[in-house]
Amino acid sequence: MKGNLLGRKGLLTGVIIILFLFILPFIFPRFYIYMTSIILLTGLLASSCNIALGFGGIYQFHHAVFYGAGAYAAALIITKSSLSPWIAFAAGPIVSAIIGLIMGIISIRLSKLYFGMLQVSLGSLVWVIVYRWYSFTGGDDGIHGIPLPEILSSANGAYYFTLFITGLSMFVLYRILKSPFGSVLQGIRDNPLRSGIIGVNVKRHQLMTLVIASFFAGVAGTLFVVVDNTVFPDMLFWTLSMEIVIMCLLGGWFTFFGPMLGAAALVALRTFVSSFTVYWALILGILFTLVIFFLPNGILGYIEQKFKKGTEVSVDRG
Amino acid sequence: MDIVYSVLPPQFLSQVLVGLSRTTILFIVASGLSLILGVLRIPNVAHGSLYMIGAFVSYSIAKLFGGGPSSYWWALLITPFVIALISFVVERGVFQFLYEREHLMLLLLTFAFSLVFGDLVKLIWGVEYKSVPVPGAFQGFVPLFGGIPFPLYNLFLLCVGPVVALILWFIVNKTKIGKISRAAAVDREMVGAVGINVSWVFATVFVIGCLLAGLGGVLVAPTVSVTLGMDHTLIIEAFLIVIIGGLGNIWGALLGALIFGLSQSLGILLWPKFGIVIPYLAVVVVLLIKPTGLLKSTW
Repeated sequence: MKGNLLGRKGLLTGVIIILFLFILPFIFPRFYIYMTSIILLTGLLASSCNIALGFGGIYQFHHAVFYGAGAYAAALIITKSSLSPWIAFAAGPIVSAIIGLIMGIISIRLSKLYFGMLQVSLGSLVWVIVYRWYSFTGGDDGIHGIPLPEILSSANGAYYFTLFITGLSMFVLYRILKSPFGSVLQGIRDNPLRSGIIGVNVKRHQLMTLVIASFFAGVAGTLFVVVDNTVFPDMLFWTLSMEIVIMCLLGGWFTFFGPMLGAAALVALRTFVSSFTVYWALILGILFTLVIFFLPNGILGYIEQKFKKGTEVSVDRG
Repeated sequence: MDIVYSVLPPQFLSQVLVGLSRTTILFIVASGLSLILGVLRIPNVAHGSLYMIGAFVSYSIAKLFGGGPSSYWWALLITPFVIALISFVVERGVFQFLYEREHLMLLLLTFAFSLVFGDLVKLIWGVEYKSVPVPGAFQGFVPLFGGIPFPLYNLFLLCVGPVVALILWFIVNKTKIGKISRAAAVDREMVGAVGINVSWVFATVFVIGCLLAGLGGVLVAPTVSVTLGMDHTLIIEAFLIVIIGGLGNIWGALLGALIFGLSQSLGILLWPKFGIVIPYLAVVVVLLIKPTGLLKSTW
């Protein structure tokens, strides 16, 4: 864990960012409130993926499934049943965690690329079902105009709810990584064989990590329902999963806040670039190629390396 | 014949042929992907983009030659080499510097390229659907199996598949570059140590693999509406085929393509609404039984 090891400077930055996020709705127009909400929940999504990817060394190639599943679960409970929306919000992440558990049990026997591809296969299965089950999920149209509790129906209400839940989730994720469980997890990443020999149940740890990661992806998905009032099948498509991995890499995947930063960069970039050109993917692709060439540890990873020259060796997973 | 039909209904047989022509496309694209995975160890997500570009280029070339029924043959002839040229530039320009990186990085890099390719296609050809003419000799339908009309072009595909498989078999097993690349797949350092320029071996294999993706794109073009996004669904299918067949094994790609193509077409026959799920289920079942693929992987 290298998240807040930047010392006083890091703490100060954190406080400023949190203060800024609190007063943001008073300063900026509605459009930016919406964008910041999307950044926060996408950041949570990327951070949850990074728990498995960066800290667990598990090739989680299809994380979007859990995001979409959580969002669809919440949306379907709200629109198809008479249950309270709050129950739906709680159910979203749980559904994601269950799907994560099932997919994990099936694919955890494999490792690295094979694991990733089996996740993609299973995830595509979920995607196809959502895409094709027109009468239930709305097919490729998705579900629009999901009714929300009154307190969340304003942009500010949704924003503060997102801010609170994201903050809480990030704190929980941080505590998990700081706990003995998190240390063991990183031990497994660095040397699975040795971890197994000293008595760690490697597969069970990894499975647990996948469930945690998919739970918080489900939280992010549910937040998307709150912010955007819609769900659509592209939320489960594999290209989004690739983008999530890009966010992790862009920000720095051996850092805790890197994925959040990567998500912010990507969402902001997409929003602004797509306002003057439809070719934002082209720009993203070129930018990302440059990052792979010149910043293999991501933005935050690079900054930390600069600040802590010689004190810590960056993890080489080659 | 009636006895046969009582056991295997004509719809079933017709659907098997549809599945086999789909298998042809899947095999051609997946074998290229498998070749690159086996020798260069690059999980090339941009492979699907080259397939899509192949389809778009064939549209342009067919148009250049008048757009008539015979123009397709020119497209079939020229397009694979256009794709080969593009892949050669990409390989020499970018990929050759990154072979030592881990797979995840290569996967993301090639994904970044697929984003770039996707937008370039949008830039050059626009967002409208394109249609490529079916070659004159293969237009229309023939009545097969109890009179069910079957597209002639699909029969053409059924002939192309084995031809490509034979050529590939010949290149991999009988030519010098095939032998060297098989050796490089097993131990690239050793191949370098005996005085072979591994970098150029890699470039050649990469170009051949991408050429296959382009060929798949040209062959599929007359049967579908050529459109943006056709890369995204295909690349997942191609990857799954390669994985269930065994990474780097071309015959595994053939086996995987058969499983995928047939389960797709028969799945739609049995269960029209969710038939598309069946190939994915088949992949899951195969991987549960044999996690590292059906045939021997070169990894």
